[in-house]
Amino acid sequence: MPKLVKDGAIIDDTWTRLDKPEGDAAEVNVPAGQVIVPLSVWQAQREQLQARDDIGVWLDSDESAFDLGDDAKQLPLVAVNLPAFMDGRAFSTARLVRERFGFSGELRAVGSFIRDQMCYLSRCGVNAFRFDDETIDLEKAKQSLQDFTEFYQAGVDQQQPLFRRRA
Amino acid sequence: MYIYDQYDHEILRQRVAQFRDQTERYLAGDLSEAEFLPLRLQNGLYVQRLAPMLRINVPYGMLNSTQLRRLARIARDYDKGYCHVSTRQNIQYNWPALEQVPDILAELAEVEMHGTQSSGNCIRNVTSDQFAGVAPDEVVDPRPYCEIIRQWSSFHPEFAFLPRKFKIAVSGSQMDRAAIQVHDIGLQLVKNGAGAIGFKVLVGGGLGRTPVIGSVIREYLPQEHILTYLEAILRVYNLHGRRDNKYKARIKILVRAMGPENFAEAVEKEWEHLKDAPSTLRDEDIVRAKSYFTEPDYATLDDASAQAQLDQQAGENVPFSKWLMRNVRQHRVAGYASVTLSLKPTGIAPGDLTDAQLERIADLAERFSFGEVRTTHEQNVVLADVRKTDLLELWQAAKEAGFATPNIGTLTDIICCPGGDFCSLANAKSIPIAEAIQRQFTDLDYVYDLGDLDLNISGCMNACGHHHVGHIGVLGVDKKGQEFYQVMLGGNAGNEASLAKVLGPAFEAEQMPGVVQNLVNVYLENRTEEELFIDTYNRIGIAPFKERVYAKAS
Ligand code: HEM
Ligand code: SF4
Repeated sequence: MPKLVKDGAIIDDTWTRLDKPEGDAAEVNVPAGQVIVPLSVWQAQREQLQARDDIGVWLDSDESAFDLGDDAKQLPLVAVNLPAFMDGRAFSTARLVRERFGFSGELRAVGSFIRDQMCYLSRCGVNAFRFDDETIDLEKAKQSLQDFTEFYQAGVDQQQPLFRRRA
Repeated sequence: MYIYDQYDHEILRQRVAQFRDQTERYLAGDLSEAEFLPLRLQNGLYVQRLAPMLRINVPYGMLNSTQLRRLARIARDYDKGYCHVSTRQNIQYNWPALEQVPDILAELAEVEMHGTQSSGNCIRNVTSDQFAGVAPDEVVDPRPYCEIIRQWSSFHPEFAFLPRKFKIAVSGSQMDRAAIQVHDIGLQLVKNGAGAIGFKVLVGGGLGRTPVIGSVIREYLPQEHILTYLEAILRVYNLHGRRDNKYKARIKILVRAMGPENFAEAVEKEWEHLKDAPSTLRDEDIVRAKSYFTEPDYATLDDASAQAQLDQQAGENVPFSKWLMRNVRQHRVAGYASVTLSLKPTGIAPGDLTDAQLERIADLAERFSFGEVRTTHEQNVVLADVRKTDLLELWQAAKEAGFATPNIGTLTDIICCPGGDFCSLANAKSIPIAEAIQRQFTDLDYVYDLGDLDLNISGCMNACGHHHVGHIGVLGVDKKGQEFYQVMLGGNAGNEASLAKVLGPAFEAEQMPGVVQNLVNVYLENRTEEELFIDTYNRIGIAPFKERVYAKAS
């Protein structure tokens, strides 16, 4: 089973992620089990999917936290996709999902990010990391979470900027 | 000057360790070229024409003697014995070896310096007025705010992968010496009717391929809100800036596409949620930041007698008097003056410094100016706090070291990017053009008679040499593999910011001194008593210049 880093540990990924549909999002068959659906599928099938407790939603980099809005709160998992690691929109989206919409479940980074971004992503509220590339050495990647242990500015993880914490 | 505490040191130590590991992974083939690229850029490392180039931050231009000596040692031990002051107040090395960069960064960290975010699509080094804290026309000292912004932007987790690079400049004086209108964000410190400090906020300026003057999106932002407001601007930009085309990815394009009013509204809307968050500055936070920028230990001096002595010395020594006129400025404190060391003698690439010169500057700073200097975006160095009674001695010492060319603000104080000699993006060389123009104007009295005249040269449209805001701007262009130079007129970087207009078809390198001479002649023939070049241009327009230059050139 594929693995991911969650809350600093390497564990099995028990979720499957559906690709964005080619056709009508309302027609997509969402299988049983833990499934992360694209935003469009969530929006089109909200009524049915809401009844389940094993549905997560992933936002692509051009999709906004505002499109999911308060729905986030009822989900166990939200994922932000980095189609290319240079596309930094997910950093802001993650913060908005956490700070604006009060999401407290699993916030996953998915896609083509690199381990050198994990520390920043975690400061933006991401607590789970699922690399598209399954050959990545997660033991090593995990260490990147410790790249910095002290920060100047506020983040999701540390709401007090350093200037307020300085003696 | 800001002094690091254990937090700053720890953060920087972790950064150096992180980059060392990244460099090792890259060299071992574990990190691809594409992955390493943004990581090395965010540590100041470019890959250039001849070798890597390493850009070292000089936050808002402030350096002390210890740092200067360390920069000298790095130039000697890791480079070819020189470095370069850039138009963003930074220091650049042209010949470091990739493998040694982590060691260089470790050496810098020991003296509270780094290359963090000096390149890449992130918030770059914050720049400011080189006369901050000492200028007579200052309303508020910008440096404490620059430092607050520096800390906020350093390793900002949300804004390290922006659509494009991002530059913030802060000015606290009546005269803008930080070119805030051509930055992604320009901040002008002001006092409101009640005397409270705040910022006028400009967004969406920038040079490069599409030069734009920034728009004011807020006339007055109380100082305590600066970080949350910046956060709101950056978030709007990060989410909405274009990423499909790097030439359209700057915030200036977004502001223009949305319209400044709509952009301002989006920022205000985002800010509503961020306002009053813990990042709001308390009085004590501002007081603390200011405590690093208190006055140096100025003596109580008799300005009248110091000035009288100076006048006498000037009367007896013509070269000294010329230097006083061009390179020395009024100071806020009685008996003191600010001195600009010129890095523009003819025949030296503008802004270049050798290791020995760096050490000389360190010595001069200790002897004459409380051990501190500032770099300028015009690529010079300032000793900000010199006793008037020391000026003669300083001048003699500066002359010996090659810094006393009395040309600050004149036609030969050229801003010039490294161009084709060093930069792999260049269309044409720029350093030899600067030199040829300097050689055309060797008669100092003639140059003085021209008064303030900004001539800026870039080797390509990226505009590192600020050619759009030169009174005379020169842009290197490539036509079928041959180097040509396009001339522009009417740019201005200060309060009356304006963008230069193209004069006409481009010239060959050999023609350039003659072209500039022609432009100067048109000015001399048309000016009124008090007019500077830019004033005459604004009055008579581009046509007379165009006529003359192309009549003679063809
Ligand atoms: C040598 C390697 C360099 C490279 C590859 C380089 C690259 C670039 C690029 C691509 C831009 C255009 C950015 C845009 O408009 O989006 C730019 C702009 C700029 N660069 Fe450089 N540059 C180099 C050196 C320098 C140096 C030596 C200086 C200072 C002397 C400098 C200062 C600037 C400034 C001030 C701008 C204008 C930015 C603006 O306001 O729009 N750069 N550079
Ligand atoms: S203006 Fe062009 S040639 Fe000059 S340094 Fe910048 S990128 Fe290089």
